[in-house]
Amino acid sequence: MQKYFSSLRAVTFAALASLSLSACGYNNIPTKEEAAKAQWAEVQNQYERRSDLVPNLVATVQGFAKQEKDVLIGVTEARAKATAIHLDANDLTDPAKVKQLQEAQGALSGALGRLLAVSENYPDLKSNQNFLALQSQLEGTENRIAVARKDYIGAVQSYNTELRTFPGVLWASSFFRANKPMAEFTAEADAQAAPKVKF
Amino acid sequence: MLGIAATHKTWLRRWRLSLTAIAGLLLASFAALAAAGYPALTGRVVDGANILSAIEKADLEGKLTALEDKSGIQLVVATVASLGGQEIEPFANDLFRQWKLGETRQNNGVLLLVAPNEHRVRIEVGYGLEGTLTDATSKIIIANAVAPRFKTGDFNAGVGRGVDDIITVLTTDSAEWQKRPEMRAPEKNSNWAALAPFLFVLIFIFLNMRYGARGSFAGNVIMMSAGMSRGGFGGGGFSGGGFSGGGGFSGGGGSSGGGGASGGW
Repeated sequence: MQKYFSSLRAVTFAALASLSLSACGYNNIPTKEEAAKAQWAEVQNQYERRSDLVPNLVATVQGFAKQEKDVLIGVTEARAKATAIHLDANDLTDPAKVKQLQEAQGALSGALGRLLAVSENYPDLKSNQNFLALQSQLEGTENRIAVARKDYIGAVQSYNTELRTFPGVLWASSFFRANKPMAEFTAEADAQAAPKVKF
Repeated sequence: MLGIAATHKTWLRRWRLSLTAIAGLLLASFAALAAAGYPALTGRVVDGANILSAIEKADLEGKLTALEDKSGIQLVVATVASLGGQEIEPFANDLFRQWKLGETRQNNGVLLLVAPNEHRVRIEVGYGLEGTLTDATSKIIIANAVAPRFKTGDFNAGVGRGVDDIITVLTTDSAEWQKRPEMRAPEKNSNWAALAPFLFVLIFIFLNMRYGARGSFAGNVIMMSAGMSRGGFGGGGFSGGGFSGGGGFSGGGGSSGGGGASGGW
């Protein structure tokens, strides 16, 4: 009888310990880290979606405005540079890499902005159905990028705060020593330079 | 020995409680700040800018209710007197998320937002409907059905025609709306999941009282965990109270990632 109860107590104790650990926030760091990584995947996803739109857009504009070679080449090159940088979820703790990606994507935003600006000069292009569809998709993607970036920043802030505040800081300095704060996007000039497509 | 354990316990518990209380206050005030500037979801048509006639509103309500009954899709029309200096895109996304349009798992909400003073209109599409009501389709609806009527000052016709077109797009793809989503049911497990730590603690304390352990290490651990799980539970209490509020109509917990299109006139 006595033995039965001691084993029962051991089991209950184990269950209790795991519950109280989770209540103390032991799970918060990994949970928030995964949340931030998931948000990052969404940002990456939207960037990819944008770069998939670019070749079509370039081809359409080329059909109407061959003389705008510089602008078209600029977009193609900016796209190539932006797609060459792929950030793994594990690289997010490296501010230099995040900055690099942000700059490359910012350059693509700028080049696309110039492309849309010159397309204003070609009435045939502006009324082309294909171009209009691409333009609205690009506009939608820019907006999704903005939302995904905002969500990512929110998730990173929550994760970084967890690492630095009580009780997370206890876990961060004991069990999760390998967890480093993630780099946020900084609001820089490219955020304002993103193409504003308004009709 | 027992006395020391007891003071330790109460001190710890008090500390946790006050921390929780402070965190709760901070969060509550933050939520109040964030909520300022966004209208409340009072119905399927929220005419904050007062540009729709009573007849048009009743007509819209009927159509929107029929759409939700048929397909589970929550389409809401909102007009605002001011965007508070923001662009319409982030405003629409924040408002959509605050109202939680559409169902949690399906994210099948749509928001038609009109800002007459800024001359901007936006169709914000929930995650789940991005494939049906695409950016390009939304743009076409705004450019062809909505903006020309707004330009002549006829907001009733513009909104009415825009809603008709959105409903047509959403319900034409029959495969999409025939599989009716199960109506929202309150999550059954949530109460028990929240109670589980308490039950464990109760069982453990009960066993302990009955079968020994006088002021041992195990005893201290129980007391600590009792205090802590209470803190954790209290912390969870105030986050969920968002969307059950009155009026008979509420969002279902859906979200949007910025799909849709905007336009001006």
